[in-house]
Amino acid sequence: MSDVLLEVKNYNVALDGSTIISNINFSVNEGEFLTILGPNGSGKTVLIKSLLGLLPYAGELKWHKKPRIGYLPQGLNQSSVRDMPMTVKDFFALKKVKYEEIFKYLDLVGLESKVFDKKAGFLSGGEFQRMLIAWVLSTNPNILFLDEPTTAIDVAGEETIYSLLGEIWKSQKLTILNVTHDLNIVFARSTHVLCLTRLGHRCFGVPEEILTPAVLRDIYGSDIKFYKHNK
Amino acid sequence: MTDQLLLSLVSGIFIAGSAAYLGTLMLSKRMAIVAGPLGHLALPGAALALIYGFSLSLGAFPFVILGIIVIWLLEIRTKLPMEALTAIVFAAGVGIAFLFLPIDKAEAALIGNISQVSIYETLASIVLGTAVFFGVNRSYSKIILANINEDIAKTQGINVKLYNLIYLGSIAIIVALGVDLVGGIMTAALVAIPASAARNVTKSLKQFGVTSGLFGILSAIIGILASKLIGLPAGPLVIIASAIIFLITVPLAKV
Repeated sequence: MSDVLLEVKNYNVALDGSTIISNINFSVNEGEFLTILGPNGSGKTVLIKSLLGLLPYAGELKWHKKPRIGYLPQGLNQSSVRDMPMTVKDFFALKKVKYEEIFKYLDLVGLESKVFDKKAGFLSGGEFQRMLIAWVLSTNPNILFLDEPTTAIDVAGEETIYSLLGEIWKSQKLTILNVTHDLNIVFARSTHVLCLTRLGHRCFGVPEEILTPAVLRDIYGSDIKFYKHNK
Repeated sequence: MTDQLLLSLVSGIFIAGSAAYLGTLMLSKRMAIVAGPLGHLALPGAALALIYGFSLSLGAFPFVILGIIVIWLLEIRTKLPMEALTAIVFAAGVGIAFLFLPIDKAEAALIGNISQVSIYETLASIVLGTAVFFGVNRSYSKIILANINEDIAKTQGINVKLYNLIYLGSIAIIVALGVDLVGGIMTAALVAIPASAARNVTKSLKQFGVTSGLFGILSAIIGILASKLIGLPAGPLVIIASAIIFLITVPLAKV
């Protein structure tokens, strides 16, 4: 049994006076891959941001070990860097990563070392996403917060990125908190799932045990079949 | 070379070089145009300076600071896009300027008076230009990271508010100094044109900053020397030199 890394009790987040997250309880053990699942507007991103200290919260948030956090936020797409003359090397220099370390992490995500001097804005979409994963790993985190890391890429690219994340998760013994609304990812990759619904219902546990058809209906409403087929 | 020409060149080099370097950050924040309305806001201050006979930059500075505080507060309070706030501040600045500006003294406020710059103004340009250079240099990667994503910067322990303050303070200094060099209506050109030209021909951040600074300095030298030779005002010539450099880089742009 691995050690508890993060414990969240009676946790509430309110923004501009309206409650977004109410009375959530869950814990994350070291080495777990926890997916936070829920439809748009259920507060997944708000939860992640408050855990990272970017938004205020009420309740108990306890780190049992000092976390070294890596964070890949939603919507960090290539257009944000295309305006600038910025090489892959420059991108890593923003986090003061040493040269030899950069090559190590590029290799880890399967990028050739020749991308080092390329403009980051001109990599392919898949390469850019891999670079971002190398980038988030480059500060040697023990816990990754990923907020819909594949929104900018197509379905094939999404599968590649998740299998890459799965491998790195195992080989680097990471703990991952991943936000998605994609059920396939939950069943294929996660050890645990925390689900949020707009109605404030929630569940927490091992996906195969807790994600019953009734619970899924509660999360997604009657759209669930339509939703699944469209992904 | 006369002493006056030397003072003009030294002032011009420090102002244009640091402005162009700062411009690379402003371009990547899509804020290059903001220096324009701030320059317009400086016009009433420049008018006061002309009426009471003190330095243009000194008159401009408090008005630019006021403009930055107004934009900053409006942005926090309304979350309106920067371009909309820019339009509001721009219009207000011009309106106020035309109430105060004595038309017979308008020329220096509109196109600068680098050709008559004093030794004290030159020293101020050296000190403040150098301060801006180092301020921007030290905060460059942190500001770029916050540009790409503010939340990542915060989780890296970067004090985003502090660096925004350094950045805005640098803009205020550059705009106030820029009023001396090119006047109140063309300050945006000092930050926008060299940085845009540099973006066309560079592929890394380091090349970007260095090249932009060099383009800025080159424009100042060409503009001031041309002014001496042909007897036209230096401010517009500096901008035209800068625009010509930009045009030369256009065919080389990789998009």
